Amino acid sequence: MPYTDATLSLLAPDGTLVTNDRNEMYHQAISHLGEADFREFYRVMRVVRRFDIEAGNLQRQGQMALWVPSIGQEGAQVGSAFATRSQDHIFPAYREHAVGYIRGLDLINIIRMLRGVTHGGWNPKETNNFHLYTLVIGSHTLHATGYAMGIGFDGACSTGALEEDQAVLVYFGDGATSQGDTNEAMVFAQSYQTPQVFFLQNNHWAISVPVRVQSRTPLFERAAGFGLPSIQIDGNDVLMSYAATRLSMDAARSGQGPHFIEALTYRIGAHTTSDDPTKYRDEDELAFWQARDPIDRFRTYLTSLGVEQAFFDQVEVEAEDHASDIRARTMALESPPASEIFAHVFTDDHAGITAEAAWLEEYLASFEEGSS
Amino acid sequence: MRELPLAKAINESLRAAMLADSSVMLMGEDIAQLGGVFRVTEGLQEQFGPSRVVDTPLAEAGIVGTAIGLAMRGYRPVCEIQFDGFVYPAFDQIVTQLAKLTSRHEGTQAFPVVIRIPYGGHIGAIEHHQESPEAYFAHTAGLRVISPATPHDAYWMIQDAIASSDPVIFLEPKSRYWHKGQVDVEVPGLAMNQAEVARVGRDVTLIGHGAAVAMMQQAADIAEGEGISIEVINLRSLSPLDMDTVMESVRKTTRAVVVQESPGNASLGSEVAATLAEQAFYVMQAPVLRVSGFNAPFPPAGLESIYLPDTDRILDAVDRSMAY
Repeated sequence: MPYTDATLSLLAPDGTLVTNDRNEMYHQAISHLGEADFREFYRVMRVVRRFDIEAGNLQRQGQMALWVPSIGQEGAQVGSAFATRSQDHIFPAYREHAVGYIRGLDLINIIRMLRGVTHGGWNPKETNNFHLYTLVIGSHTLHATGYAMGIGFDGACSTGALEEDQAVLVYFGDGATSQGDTNEAMVFAQSYQTPQVFFLQNNHWAISVPVRVQSRTPLFERAAGFGLPSIQIDGNDVLMSYAATRLSMDAARSGQGPHFIEALTYRIGAHTTSDDPTKYRDEDELAFWQARDPIDRFRTYLTSLGVEQAFFDQVEVEAEDHASDIRARTMALESPPASEIFAHVFTDDHAGITAEAAWLEEYLASFEEGSS
Repeated sequence: MRELPLAKAINESLRAAMLADSSVMLMGEDIAQLGGVFRVTEGLQEQFGPSRVVDTPLAEAGIVGTAIGLAMRGYRPVCEIQFDGFVYPAFDQIVTQLAKLTSRHEGTQAFPVVIRIPYGGHIGAIEHHQESPEAYFAHTAGLRVISPATPHDAYWMIQDAIASSDPVIFLEPKSRYWHKGQVDVEVPGLAMNQAEVARVGRDVTLIGHGAAVAMMQQAADIAEGEGISIEVINLRSLSPLDMDTVMESVRKTTRAVVVQESPGNASLGSEVAATLAEQAFYVMQAPVLRVSGFNAPFPPAGLESIYLPDTDRILDAVDRSMAY
């Protein structure tokens, strides 16, 4: 039983609202949301899951060397991403497809990266401050903290204007909590009282190693040891994820320092398409979490609010269309020109790079028709 | 023209850079009130305040990792790593992140981060305080690696490093911190990516960087008394290497000896020797020789005078080169 007495939730796995003394402030935090918002939450979770399935299929069909599925984690991602404000900066790990989608990222760019077209894929200045994926576990938590230090040095937070004060949201997983960088990020965040929220998606598995090997202590309690206000939530509850992130981000942007959220969720699929979870996980655990799926429970909730079947049908059509479009565009992706190898290694001229680039150009040209 | 020790020249230059550009900030361990363990940043927090001269927690990966985030925010952070042997906890952030992030961003984001590292031996210190890690960084694409040998170069090269849009590993030869030299704060020196002919000679070219330059000059003085005319090349930049200047010298002298404190195996000296073999093979009358630290961990200080190249070992190599 992964939930603890401390786990906060608003929506039970059966799709009914949970009301108690402890979650009253979180109900307050979503009180400004209406049915239109809830429909949007559902739509994004469903479209991104369908995208994720399509991308996995494309990998199996040889169109990508690797795919990184986020299936099962849509509730944690969609709630938290919708809780950010436009001026915020988001530092994802590498599985936050739904977060990118919400910030305006065209998801084909994630496929570009995994198909070997680029190591990056997008310009964060054009994706509403959704930064690049980082593949070395936990490294980006320090970049996020440095960015948040800069917000503090600039005086771009703590003025009390919630629509203007900036904050940083950084995503990472349970495996990352063992990395030195993640722990140093929490130290620095606490030292400089950065406007930042650490959002841990505890999906219970770091490839084949369960979270109990990473920590004997519930991870949100470990954050408390760094002096960060920390809570544990049901990460498959999109409403709780929204409420917790909204309150924590607004506290952080208002001068109350860094906060920490542990969202309990589950990686329904493999770590990546390169592994086989049947070798290390048991069926019962998977079944437990499948019964707590974030999309199913939210659909039940929406139905209880009176949302009609036609809406759900329409979302399915959109999800199919989006997936087909992604498939077609994936097949059309081409490798970049050879000159890309050297194009952005340095910003200013570097003699060594210039010489090699010139040599390669000449060498490749020697194979062209007419050369001897 | 002012006479300044090398450490003070960097201090004055950091002050000038911070006055000229409000995005320049310093971060590191003990750099604020203490002024750094070598006092290179002395007095700067007093002048610029705690958000521009930042004492950090004791965590090197944290220093470089947060500097990367600050660069994304528009700052030009200058990080101090306290000693050469303490840079390795930050190695991943430097090599895996800082060096590759411009490329990963496909050129849409520059990372103007400077990492200052006091390096090298000759100060009788304990383990991890006398190393020469330059080859690790010069091997990594995306990093510029430079090292001044004189106070004048130190003054101008740190400003070049700060002005660069690229990450720069700035290696300070700590045994030269207290040596004074003339600094012209009005007239810049050579650009940071250029080597310098530090002494003109005819017979053999000595090639090195950092503290080795002064030692090569001493060796050249002695050789001159023995009738051998030595040209000294101060590399200054280790990535990129200014091989044009080296080549021009070697075409003239036809003999080359590389001098470095670091171990010789897979070193900067190896790169210089390999490039000379590729590009100057037919003009040379002798194979390129390397005078280096030994391929062993830097020894306890009681043995450093044997481990490190000295004028005798340099002149021994010069004699062997001349004997071909």
